Amino acid sequence: MDAISASEQTNRLTGLRHRISQALENPTILGLLFVAPAELLLLFFLAYPFLLGLWLGFTDTIVGREGHFIGLENYQWLLEDPTFWLTCFNTFLYTVVAVIFKAVLGIGLAVILNRDFKGKGIMRAIVLLPWIIPTALSAICFWWLYDSTFSGISWALMKLGITDHFIDFLGDPWNARWALIAANVWRGVPFFTIGLLAGLQTISPDLYEAAEIDGAGAWKKFRKITLPLLTPLLTVVTVFSTIWTFADFQLVWIITKGGPAGATHIFGTLSFQRAMQGGQFGEGAAISNFMLPILVGCVFIAFVFLRKED
Amino acid sequence: MAIERVGSKVFKFYVPLAAYLAFLLFPFYWMVNTVFKSNSELYNMDLNPFYVHSPTLGNIVSLFTETIFLKWMANTFIVALSATLISLVTSLLAAYAIQRLQFKTSGPTGVAIFLGYLVPQTILFIPLAHIIFKIKLWDSLWALILTYPTFLIPFCTWLLMGYFKSIPKEMEECAMIDGASRIKIFRKIILPLCMPGVLSAGIFCFTLSWNEYLYALAFISSTAKKTVPIGLVTELVRGDVYHWGALMAGALCASVPVALVYSFFVEHYVAGMTGALKE
Repeated sequence: MDAISASEQTNRLTGLRHRISQALENPTILGLLFVAPAELLLLFFLAYPFLLGLWLGFTDTIVGREGHFIGLENYQWLLEDPTFWLTCFNTFLYTVVAVIFKAVLGIGLAVILNRDFKGKGIMRAIVLLPWIIPTALSAICFWWLYDSTFSGISWALMKLGITDHFIDFLGDPWNARWALIAANVWRGVPFFTIGLLAGLQTISPDLYEAAEIDGAGAWKKFRKITLPLLTPLLTVVTVFSTIWTFADFQLVWIITKGGPAGATHIFGTLSFQRAMQGGQFGEGAAISNFMLPILVGCVFIAFVFLRKED
Repeated sequence: MAIERVGSKVFKFYVPLAAYLAFLLFPFYWMVNTVFKSNSELYNMDLNPFYVHSPTLGNIVSLFTETIFLKWMANTFIVALSATLISLVTSLLAAYAIQRLQFKTSGPTGVAIFLGYLVPQTILFIPLAHIIFKIKLWDSLWALILTYPTFLIPFCTWLLMGYFKSIPKEMEECAMIDGASRIKIFRKIILPLCMPGVLSAGIFCFTLSWNEYLYALAFISSTAKKTVPIGLVTELVRGDVYHWGALMAGALCASVPVALVYSFFVEHYVAGMTGALKE
């Protein structure tokens, strides 16, 4: 009797195994199974927090305590807060100016590197360094470079006779804004350069030769051939850079902490200060939520362009 | 004629290139320059600050003896490696399923994962902090290991999907006719073929995790659990006292692992970056 049940059990087991391997041949079942780990992680730590953030903006949650629904109170409060309006201004200034500089300088360097010359590979590797090195660490370096009494920049400018005093890079609101933008441009140029270099390499040299025969100069060739052919890729790179610059945090947080006196806060740093340092999770989430319309716009543009490329 | 052409090349090519290099490398030069200066030299503006007059290793020594720098490095390494492994495995499976199995919802799933890539951490850290607090992972490295994959998986999946596109379908079909199961095909044919792609994705994941700042700043509070950038700034700046020499030494030493990984795999890195943009 035992023997019978034992063989029945093995039968059932092999049957089960057979059914499982059968099921794994079904692309839908196997597909869902393969996607599940990634999806679960993203659902719990990305999609859920995203929705929770929307909700938190309408509550008075503080750190470690559940909040109550308070409608638009956080938003009303923010719209009456001059620091918030200054933050909006700073974020737009920071994003627009930095992205324009990054794009122009990035294209310039890409065009230079697109020529054939010895050591091109090494040059390309060096150019990417600001992008590779942890931003937090290069930000510390900029912080020191912008020191009000020991800055090498001030020292050099004084020796050159351009200024007669040490520049207070981070103590003056406008100096601090330009200093932050400069640091952001420094970090972001390589992304544009390397991204666009890939596009430049696909442009056929025949086009330039034909243009040369027609007597086109360097600038005309750039405007009439390079730029139009580069536009799709340039758009994608610009959209990504815009999202990252707009949602930046660490450069500003390390170099100025939003100071002097809140003059250089951007959305990311203001929400961090209010939520993590002040404990006001609801208000912090509301600040983050103000970023959403802009981000959705950028994502939409990215999407339309990527779809078109297919 | 020849001289004129050389002159124009110098003017149009070497001068701009040199200007760019000076701009892009100056902060690194300033970092290294500061590391090897003694405090007395650092704060003496009568000396030319652009080179080191009497080099010293004092800053590096004080970094290693007065802070738990190695502990921070170890933390960063553990977090970066774990997050990378989790992301690689899950993304590899997901990318293969979306690109090759073509199940019913594979299209929308791919789009959803792509959208995840565009949600910045600045929007997520507050609700995430709330969740981390609730599931009792506050001030634990697990909080970072579990949240880093949220920005790594979308990128990796995207990158690997592009890679799978380039592997010919015929190989799979042949193996299928020979009676190999789908799991076996994945293990024996797909995995070995996509190793270069996995390597690119892995390098990206590792450097991105190593560089992460916001989550580490928000979710970790005790000194012994900090990652390098957080530890440096909070422990070496006390009130108004800035240990600039040690700070620069820390920034330099913490950049070395990333720079090493990068220098070995530059081609993979560039391929991954441009590949991801094109997809």
